[in-house]
Amino acid sequence: MARNVMSQPIRVLLAKVGLDGHDRGVKIVARTLRDNGMDVIYTGLHRSPEEVVTAAIQEDVDILGVSVLSGVQLTIFPKIFHLLKENAADDIIVVAGGVMPDEDAIALRKMGVREVLLQDTPPRAIVETLCRVVAERGPR
Amino acid sequence: MANYIPSTKLVERVCAGDMRAVSRLISRAEAGVAEVRSALAEIYRATGRAHVVGITGVPGSGKSTLVGKVVQRLRADGRKIGIVAVDPSSPYSGGAILGDRVRMSEIGTDPGVFIRSMATHGAIGGMARAAMDAVDILDVAGYDTIIIETVGVGQDEVEIARASHTTIVVSAPGLGDEIQAIKAGMLEIADIHVVSKCDRSDAARTLTDLKSMLVLGALGSGDDWRVPVIGTSAISGEGLDELIDAITRHRRVAFETELGQRRRRSVAEFRLLKTAEALLAERFVKARSDRTAEYTEQLLARTGDPYALACALIDHSLKTEQGSTDDENT
Repeated sequence: MARNVMSQPIRVLLAKVGLDGHDRGVKIVARTLRDNGMDVIYTGLHRSPEEVVTAAIQEDVDILGVSVLSGVQLTIFPKIFHLLKENAADDIIVVAGGVMPDEDAIALRKMGVREVLLQDTPPRAIVETLCRVVAERGPR
Repeated sequence: MANYIPSTKLVERVCAGDMRAVSRLISRAEAGVAEVRSALAEIYRATGRAHVVGITGVPGSGKSTLVGKVVQRLRADGRKIGIVAVDPSSPYSGGAILGDRVRMSEIGTDPGVFIRSMATHGAIGGMARAAMDAVDILDVAGYDTIIIETVGVGQDEVEIARASHTTIVVSAPGLGDEIQAIKAGMLEIADIHVVSKCDRSDAARTLTDLKSMLVLGALGSGDDWRVPVIGTSAISGEGLDELIDAITRHRRVAFETELGQRRRRSVAEFRLLKTAEALLAERFVKARSDRTAEYTEQLLARTGDPYALACALIDHSLKTEQGSTDDENT
């Protein structure tokens, strides 16, 4: 469970970007993933897209999860994708979490966000989703 | 397997300092896949330039914060710095929260700094099994100083002293008196003592306790090195320059003196024994499962004793393993 093909724990970076001080949700997600055997790297609050992408690369994560509760999703995700591409790191799976309008969730998916897990997603579904997307990617 | 780059192919890119190749090879080393061994062998032969600094101390003593501040200052003279930050894995789920980066935000986008978080994955002693492999990889990638930050430790996790050229032990104020300071264990291994949070009023007491401990035993002191006790504050910046100076001086001791030569030999010996131990444990864990339940029952029913059953389990496991892997070893 929660292991990738090299039977290592799935590595997830959980990030809070910009002027968003709400981290209770992301901490609960971190704890849930930990309790399901994943290695979770947490960045802390108020990070820039540059910091987050650098961290995701250095930590060689399977998944970059960005939590947004401040409404800036359509600004920061394009920046994150741009930086990932620039660093030839677009094999990192990007997942969004938080609270946002449905049309924004659709826009994010079109942009390349693999899954948008909003505030009403049960913990079990988050774990299953992350396991599935890593399994679908295969070894690297 | 279309996207799988063989580890030996990554080595060349690591030598050129490619950040993605460095991080991927560290992941492979952590996974311990058989395929990575020849790549790590090639890496190891090219190591030996970097100054390896270990930082250890009790949980919450301010290790990560101190690393952030120290690295900022070390970067001022252009040195590239690698950091391996270890945090504990859950003994129940195997998962981990790796939170050391939270305290290092000021160096998060510095292109001359590489931070890698690592979970212990069941290793004891405050280190992760692959931490030394990560240090080698960063060394070859051109990082001049590599800092290993251990998990928050208690009193006797002293492995870091046998994995680093310079060991810094961080103590926080208010956690014990002079009796704690004269106990054996962690406090003995320091090349440099730091008392963090010295903006607090009770820090003076901790500084005094540590200094009197050193006077009593003259621990670790010789002609080449005298262990300093430095009070630091991440808030005011107090003591940080003194600490940088001590690290720089000890770097010279590690690379230019007889004491340093002995230390580096001890690091090599530890590496050899630790690796052998890990391989042995891996073989044992792989092979032991079929008799574990049976022997547990015997132990529970008191029809066997721990020593005899453990010996039988070892004999059985390693014999089974020997037979089954002969082909791949020869």
